[in-house]
Amino acid sequence: MNTRPARSPRLPWGPMARMAGRRTLLALPVLLAVTFGVFAVAELSPFDPVKAYAGTAGLTASQAELDQLRANLGVDRPLSGRWWDWLTSALTGDLGTSSVMRRPVAEVIAERLGWSALLAATAFAVAVLAGTALGVLAARRRGGPLDRVVSSLAYTLEAAPAFWLGLLAIWFFSVHLGVLPSGGLSDAGSDAVTADQVVRHLVLPALVLGLSQLPWFFLYVRQGVADALDEDPVRGARARGIGERRVLLGHGLRAGMLPMLTLIGSRVPELITGALLVETVFSWPGIAAATVQAATSVDFPLLAALTVLATAAVLAGNLLSDLLYGLADPRVGFDG
Amino acid sequence: MTARTARGGARATLAAALITGVAACSAPGSAAGGGADAAVVGIANEPETLSPLLGYGKDGNSKIFDGLLTHDADMKLKPALAEALPEVSADGLTYTYRLRRGVKFSDGAPFTAKDVVFTYRTILDAKTNNASKTELDAIAEVEEQGPDAVVFTLKYPYAPFAERTVLPIAPEHIAGRQDVNSGEFTAKPVGTGPYVLAAWSRGEKLSFTANPAYWGGEPAVKKFTMAVIKDDDVRATRLRSGELDAAILPPDLAKGFKDDKARTTYAAKSFDYRNVTLPTHHPVTGDPAVRQALDIAVDRTTMVDKLLAGAGKPAYGPVPTGSPWFTAGTERAYDLDRAKRILDDAGWKAGEDGIRARDGVRASFPLWYTSGDKIRQDHALAFASDAKKAGIEVKTESGTWEVIEPRMKTDAVLAGGGSPADPDFDQYLLLQSSLGGDGFNNMARYDNRTVDRALDDARRSGDPAVRKAAYDTVQRELVKNPGYVFLTHIDHLYVVNDKWVGLTTQVEPHDHGLGAGPWWNVESWKPEQK
Repeated sequence: MNTRPARSPRLPWGPMARMAGRRTLLALPVLLAVTFGVFAVAELSPFDPVKAYAGTAGLTASQAELDQLRANLGVDRPLSGRWWDWLTSALTGDLGTSSVMRRPVAEVIAERLGWSALLAATAFAVAVLAGTALGVLAARRRGGPLDRVVSSLAYTLEAAPAFWLGLLAIWFFSVHLGVLPSGGLSDAGSDAVTADQVVRHLVLPALVLGLSQLPWFFLYVRQGVADALDEDPVRGARARGIGERRVLLGHGLRAGMLPMLTLIGSRVPELITGALLVETVFSWPGIAAATVQAATSVDFPLLAALTVLATAAVLAGNLLSDLLYGLADPRVGFDG
Repeated sequence: MTARTARGGARATLAAALITGVAACSAPGSAAGGGADAAVVGIANEPETLSPLLGYGKDGNSKIFDGLLTHDADMKLKPALAEALPEVSADGLTYTYRLRRGVKFSDGAPFTAKDVVFTYRTILDAKTNNASKTELDAIAEVEEQGPDAVVFTLKYPYAPFAERTVLPIAPEHIAGRQDVNSGEFTAKPVGTGPYVLAAWSRGEKLSFTANPAYWGGEPAVKKFTMAVIKDDDVRATRLRSGELDAAILPPDLAKGFKDDKARTTYAAKSFDYRNVTLPTHHPVTGDPAVRQALDIAVDRTTMVDKLLAGAGKPAYGPVPTGSPWFTAGTERAYDLDRAKRILDDAGWKAGEDGIRARDGVRASFPLWYTSGDKIRQDHALAFASDAKKAGIEVKTESGTWEVIEPRMKTDAVLAGGGSPADPDFDQYLLLQSSLGGDGFNNMARYDNRTVDRALDDARRSGDPAVRKAAYDTVQRELVKNPGYVFLTHIDHLYVVNDKWVGLTTQVEPHDHGLGAGPWWNVESWKPEQK
């Protein structure tokens, strides 16, 4: 009856913790190099932080005034000095002042990060869950009507820009059907950010961002499960009269999940880029929009802090997928 | 039925209930502006800061703050925190403001002369990162004279100075205790104005509630929200879906609301011009004959019709034709034949490819426009095509200001600007030779003694007749020797639900502050009687 080898119910905490520790140690030099890279690239960029700061007022300001601003903002000093100052004060917990937001960087991030995380996590859940479910169903009857419809949809979605999907969703759900709000965190006319308002306003952006990520998960799961179903153990299991459900979930899905677990980590950067466009379309007050502003305004303190965050997210994503992979397939183990 | 499928079924029902529940409570209408005492408007740009000390609301009309003076619908100055217009000394060097008594900041603290002195001194402080500081250059000193009066002493007689005192006053007891460049006050302002900031969700919206203790009377619109929507199409869509009561829109999208029975389109006249700089230091554009020819070879009327869908006016200088400061008779008709004659007479002969040349110099110059700005791009291409008909080659190129700035001395630029409050604000910076190449001032490095003198006379004299005559001289000189080809003045378009009465627009500047648009006086809106 039991087709699986007996396994200890306890998780291998020790090896997992060791891997996490090793990766964290490795992450430090990576993060250092990345922040220096950001300062260097920003230095080479054609954008001028003083002009960005001054905006339209800069077009009527005298040269003396612009020079004074340059000195005040501290952007006339050499690259390495600026980076070192930023780094040393960041280590003491002072992330500096964002020139584009006119606020301390820590406050800017604290204000926005939660909303981005909520959006990204919901979208990710939509993509992973729906992608997996559809992938298994499609793999079960390859070439069947469901497989053909979903696969071609997936290829279309993969090519469709998230921005365009967003506009389409607004047109259909907000203008045509009038059932969902088209932007913001809460109704434009209300100040209170209540849970039910946020949920309603989250539906469209999360759906659009989730849909834009879905094809990857769907295609990986479909391929993985389909391959597993063709293998000998499955044929053997079927021959022994094991139920279709158990074959599909016990064998097919477990084998098909493996490539997808690696995918989860590697999709994090994609998710961040996607969130950028989606946040813009839906006036979602997240961190992504601030990232663009920081970059085009050469807002060093904000840019550096955001880059550290994004890099950390990618590294954590990779760690997570490796941990999951190790758990799903004990042969892989945890590093080394 | 097995237990598992039963559970699955229950879950599906629950999910369906959740989804329909979600849909039911978001029926359209619930999202719209709310009652007659609430208004939601869609704007394109978010301010970086709400601190007047860093430049917010410097042209007046900030909802949270008041200046010493403010503008009425016709842009005439009227008292706000001052109880009357200032007393100006005979030499034009001292301005005395008597302050309105009994005014309180929205936190309950009284407004006094100290706050005025604090505001101006802080802005003028070199450590304050206020990029518009240059506008207050004329001030030598600002002092209080008792609790109810403030005296400004100027470095030189500056006739339009009173126009600068519309800038909002910040409370010293709050703003004076924090870092002016990054303190909490930059995002949580406290002022004396008709509205109090209720919430500011960056990238999403700013919401205001009426200030019940406002010295000018509590506004009828109790709740005022500005939704920040960068994308023009999304803004139009959300206006259509009923989430917004009003929005600023570009001409092509505003057209879609023309036949809408429930909404009105307001076209705000503006001083917002688009022009082409003709750099004095370029061998082609520096030649007065070429400048004059280009000035009449451009078809301004067609530009207004085609590029702006009729929402604008031909521009012959920084002053729009409808303004009292405009010099009648300086309009230039489109006259391609005369343009050709001028070039012929000046020795610019057409070559084989139709482009003229003189002494081996080809009549050709580059024209830059800022990338991503469609209206500027359209103007640049139209200008190039008109110039070509006269035998002058204009090579259009796009770039950011960082790319354009180092080239401004010799390359032409499709520029924009405009400030309605006083002709000095634009023209001095645009035409005064001593400011040639100073930052973005006088980009063409225009150099004309007669104009220099007229500009100085105009800013120093307190006599309106003398000022008018001086600006007439400037405008006539620009016909003889243009340093810029002015193309159009652009109307700003706003589409508004017909829920209120008595809406107007002010003449607007180039820069869209939060105070522009029909909601410049939202505190005076009244709901429509049904």
